Amino acid sequence: MDFGQLATNVLTEMLGPTAIAYALAAIGLNIHFGLTGLINMGQAGFMLLGAYGFAISTIQGAPVWLAFLVAVAAAVVFALLLGLPTLKLRGDYLAIVTIAAAEIVRMIGRSTALTEVTGGAEGLTGNSFKATFQDASPFPDDRWTLGPITLATNASNSWWLRIVGWGLVLLACLFVWRLVRSPWGRVLKGIREDEDAVRALGKNVYGYKLQALVLGGIFGALGGVVFVLASSVQADSLGRPVTFNTWTILLLGGAATVLGPVLGSLLFWAALVFVRGFLRGVIPPDTLSVQQIEQIGWVLVGLTLMALIVFRPQGILGDKKELAINAR
Amino acid sequence: MPVDEVVQQARRDLAPVPRVPGAPKADALLVADGVRRSFGGVNAVDVEHLEVQRHVITALIGPNGAGKTTFFNLMTGFDKPDAGRWDFDGTSLAGVTASRVAKTGMVRTFQLTKALARMTVLDNMRLGARSQPGEGLFTALVKPLWAPREREITDKAMSLLERFKLDTKKDDFAGELSGGQRKLLEMARALMSDPTLVMLDEPMAGVNPALTQSLLGHITDLRDTGTTVLFVEHDMHMVRHISDWVVVMAQGRVVAEGPPSEVMADQAVIDAYLGAHHDMDLGDDALLDEGGVIDAEADAEAAAEVPTPTEEKAP
Repeated sequence: MDFGQLATNVLTEMLGPTAIAYALAAIGLNIHFGLTGLINMGQAGFMLLGAYGFAISTIQGAPVWLAFLVAVAAAVVFALLLGLPTLKLRGDYLAIVTIAAAEIVRMIGRSTALTEVTGGAEGLTGNSFKATFQDASPFPDDRWTLGPITLATNASNSWWLRIVGWGLVLLACLFVWRLVRSPWGRVLKGIREDEDAVRALGKNVYGYKLQALVLGGIFGALGGVVFVLASSVQADSLGRPVTFNTWTILLLGGAATVLGPVLGSLLFWAALVFVRGFLRGVIPPDTLSVQQIEQIGWVLVGLTLMALIVFRPQGILGDKKELAINAR
Repeated sequence: MPVDEVVQQARRDLAPVPRVPGAPKADALLVADGVRRSFGGVNAVDVEHLEVQRHVITALIGPNGAGKTTFFNLMTGFDKPDAGRWDFDGTSLAGVTASRVAKTGMVRTFQLTKALARMTVLDNMRLGARSQPGEGLFTALVKPLWAPREREITDKAMSLLERFKLDTKKDDFAGELSGGQRKLLEMARALMSDPTLVMLDEPMAGVNPALTQSLLGHITDLRDTGTTVLFVEHDMHMVRHISDWVVVMAQGRVVAEGPPSEVMADQAVIDAYLGAHHDMDLGDDALLDEGGVIDAEADAEAAAEVPTPTEEKAP
């Protein structure tokens, strides 16, 4: 088998838009769970809303900056809708409400009644909303080669999208880094540990939880935009599995760390592509079909992650000492 | 007026206060009126009137289930009463959220210590401080806006930690401290905001005897530096050492109040609190004989209780 080609595929996927999108979503989830202790089981809903917000407003003629703003605004409204009624209750309720709400968004998105707006189950094709983003690129239309990777500069799954995407990830990390080390982040950590204690110290816990939910949701929406800019908006491509993958990525990299979500996303996609490519290379196609190998790839990644959680529960970058302390 | 004179004056003010439940005080910091809370038909708290004198240590004692902690929860906004109003330092706090109650200067601790386990001791302390602009989302992003205040807070935290002998632990996780040290940390954290009234819920629970003495010392220190203290305690003997005034609760009501020595001699309190047979030696076999003293008294009590007193029927 061709290990050079396999390595190239792994590298391409690792640095590609999917990994970027998941990194952004996991950064958002880290604000929810790692910092504040909110259990959001509907991060895919935030991503999908961001994607719809961007695509639909672009199709309606909005410039690219406005489309990004619409995506962010959609996430803010969604977070407020979810948070206002549930954040006064115990944490479990938020988990139930978010997973249901994300499903509602997906169902509405694919319903036939809205076909004219959302494209229904077919979705919105990439070409219908990518133009403004690609036109914003300062690069000439070309194909560039960097090391083993050759990609178009602007079209679809391009260098331009990667540059913007990793730029967003970098900004998000800086943002989270600044906040984690600020008094604001300290209050969030206090809420994660024991919200009654923080309330007794005169902090408006409800307000802080709402801020965290909105902020994490915004990163989810930005991840959703990057995700669909490489392909198309399709409700079912941002369903429950996406939420669970995002959780896996967060725990893999290490919750409550700044770079954990990014590292988690890189490794997750690298591992998945590597396992699939490797199996395809060593197992003859008449023993296992390509589809079967696809599935086995997921199974093996799952097993690896289980082993990781058993032997390194704090994630790769997490602090073992911190985890060893019983929170209550 | 220097602080110690203020405290002396406040204690003198207590001398003429009548020894009856709900007695008015010369300078009341916390005044509760008709505060009632029931859990499914059981009146957990039913306080008709209670005043807490400023600048002294008031102990709230009573047997298990007397409603002491529930009363604390009601006063501090952690629970909502069915009826009643209460004023703290002249402002009504009925229906005010817990965080706002704390902001007015009434800060509490918890019976089961709530140290924020996966945060350092120093961060625990810093969290107790007020008016840190960096606790706003947008100001948090610009460090120069909050760094000066953060230095003040850290200095203050360190001096409090020194006072509570926790300064060497400042970089440890709070979860690594012993039970007694967590109690100290929680108390120190409550002091970060310079509260007017500190409410301590069983500060002595689960603390080893060696540390008890220093905890008592810290509580009297609080009073002597001008903070009013209201604390819940189980153990009458502990209370006797440090409190200036004792309020006794039983079955949700205030049944007696007065200086510790007088309250503890009160027969009604002893009965309510320790049971009528507290000084009887249960190891005495004579008591177990058929028709012994206990049986006779129990029969007499049962006979007396048959016509239920009307006052207990009232809601």
